[in-house]
Amino acid sequence: MCLGISSHQFSEHVGTHWRAGLERVIPAFRSVCGEDGVSLSEAVREQHGRDESVHRCCPPDVVVWPRSVEEVSALAKICHHHCLPIIPFGTGTGLEGGVGAVEGGVCFSLRNMDRVLDVHQEDFDVTVEPGVTRKALNSYLRDTGLWFPVDPGADASLCGMAATSASGTNAVRYGTMRENVLNLEVVLADGTIIHTAGRGRRTRKTSAGYNLTNLFVGSEGTLGLITKTTLRLYGVPEAMVSAVCTFPSVQAAVDSTVQVLQAGVPIARIEFLDDVMIDACNRFNSLSYPVAPTLFLEFHGSEKSLEEQVTVTEEITRDNSGSDFNWARDAETRGRLWKARHDAWYAALALRPGCKAYSTDVCVPLSHLPQIIVETKEDLVLNRLTGPIAGHVGDGNFHCIMVMDPNDQDEVTRVQEFTERLARRALALDGTCTGEHGVGLGKRALLREEMGPMAIEVMQGLKATLDPKNLMNPGKVL
Amino acid sequence: MSRVLVGVKRVIDYAVKVRVKPDHSGVVTDGVKHSMNPFCEIAVEEAVKLKEKKLFKEVVAVSCGPAQATETIRTALAMGCDRGIHVEVTGKDYESLGPLQVSKIFAALAKKEEASLVILGKQAIDDDCNQTGQMTAALLDWPQGTFASEVEIEGDKVKVVREIDGGLETIKINMPAVVTADLRLNTPRYATLPNIMKAKKKKIANMKPADLGVDIVSRLEVLRVDEPPTRLAGVKVETVDDLVAKLKESGTI
Repeated sequence: MCLGISSHQFSEHVGTHWRAGLERVIPAFRSVCGEDGVSLSEAVREQHGRDESVHRCCPPDVVVWPRSVEEVSALAKICHHHCLPIIPFGTGTGLEGGVGAVEGGVCFSLRNMDRVLDVHQEDFDVTVEPGVTRKALNSYLRDTGLWFPVDPGADASLCGMAATSASGTNAVRYGTMRENVLNLEVVLADGTIIHTAGRGRRTRKTSAGYNLTNLFVGSEGTLGLITKTTLRLYGVPEAMVSAVCTFPSVQAAVDSTVQVLQAGVPIARIEFLDDVMIDACNRFNSLSYPVAPTLFLEFHGSEKSLEEQVTVTEEITRDNSGSDFNWARDAETRGRLWKARHDAWYAALALRPGCKAYSTDVCVPLSHLPQIIVETKEDLVLNRLTGPIAGHVGDGNFHCIMVMDPNDQDEVTRVQEFTERLARRALALDGTCTGEHGVGLGKRALLREEMGPMAIEVMQGLKATLDPKNLMNPGKVL
Repeated sequence: MSRVLVGVKRVIDYAVKVRVKPDHSGVVTDGVKHSMNPFCEIAVEEAVKLKEKKLFKEVVAVSCGPAQATETIRTALAMGCDRGIHVEVTGKDYESLGPLQVSKIFAALAKKEEASLVILGKQAIDDDCNQTGQMTAALLDWPQGTFASEVEIEGDKVKVVREIDGGLETIKINMPAVVTADLRLNTPRYATLPNIMKAKKKKIANMKPADLGVDIVSRLEVLRVDEPPTRLAGVKVETVDDLVAKLKESGTI
């Protein structure tokens, strides 16, 4: 895995070094998306060469802003003809360096395509363009009683979330992007426009043909540009209750989680914070949570069903030696209860001011979660690493927030090695090296280990079929 | 002390990029997403909260405008209002409808419905007038608590914490009174599907301004609407001396 944060190079992309053919295509780009729709400025290119990850900035050679799928297709045709890499860009909030133009090329910034199309209230679906973010969509839907619940934290582009198969804190109840994308409009590397489930189709289920929709979900821009996504919507919860509970051990917390799920409680969020993280949160927010493994829970439903959900859950936590079970119904108290979880990232960073943070992202079957967390914590202590843990424990997915000094090469190396050990530990426990962040730049080798050579060959075959010139976001995933 | 009247206005949604019509007579509204004015949402939320605390028996949502105004009333009903009143104003009358006429309508309705409290948003995000609440109170000769960030009922009085330039001002006014909602008063609830279904069954009465004895002729004429001037590109200079020279040149220093 390459963290690449020890140097900040622009190497061959700065100044007047042009990739062959680039100066010929700029006028062609301008004739497609207008004078204002093309930029060569250094600041703009830099902005589009980085995301929220620790990977170094790899600016593209040029940034274009198409305004419609027809323009995307026309631009792609030009790039295809001149063999220029194509890098789709949504909001730049990814965590795995997915927008880095490692071989230069053309960044397609899709933010000007920002319409919410076709809200179908009775069918619980909506179609959006890439410029629409999760929060913008939910605001748009606010008087329909519907919402799109997948919440990866950042206010990400929904098409970008489809491209990375994003997830979030309430996947345990509402699923990830994989379960919630009904159809995609995709532009392939040669400009061909396809609808993965057929144009305009938005049924809740289908048995028609190969599942192209889910081929593109999670493809991280390596198979095509997503220009529309049709999403499954849900009813806004009537009421919410949040709760917090402390446990004597990781095992007890995870056992409680498993039992809550087995009891059929339709829990909306169940988040785990380890003692190191709780300690960080206490310091950061002057709180006084008991410094021990803690679960943060959220319940959605009608008033009556909430009562039942909370009662059943409280009993389960008590049976597992849980203590200090606190719950709240009104928005303000709920906010206070969950403050620790909301500020976890910042609390971790505050442990060592001036440092950067990198989040690991493994996921294992629930039954293996206690083991992997315990072994991981031992690894952290042994290698003198700062890595408070926050996890979507209902999915078996957890993040170590690795706080490190980017100038301390030794620490950087230790973190790198730790992360690889962690990924392999997860793989050995029937898990995955990335639960929700994607493969991006840094986990390609781990993907090969996870999938095995045969599956990787199939993936490469698909890539070669859809993008024989390897123009779509080169250097990522495979 | 039983009834609250809440005014809700249908406006262009806050997230929309507003465009001026080519003839400069107004802004483009056809095919553009509309929703309830955000400050009206806060007003509705406050009224519903007061009812939930059993301080009032009924919340009535009122909107003035064409047929589509009933959509906005339905949203208010889904948030918890009990019934609605749609005061129909269409066409040119609607285009020239402003705070003075609307406050005459609200004043008439407040008397007719024997409201103890009228809650409005402090201003609408389309015209930013910030006048309707104040004019309504004046027409009724009722006290007003505007820019409210906190509202508390104390017997037959209302304690209002107002957001003012210097900080916060707390006043106590007699009911009946007019209150206008400011941003920090509350966080409006989302309408949930079951409540939207229930709202379909709630009643919306229909009437015209004339039925209330209100004359809605406008005393204002909009002459022209323009977009703000386009921002000019900045100029980069190489050195501090260049910067000083440019500033002197432009007469800034």
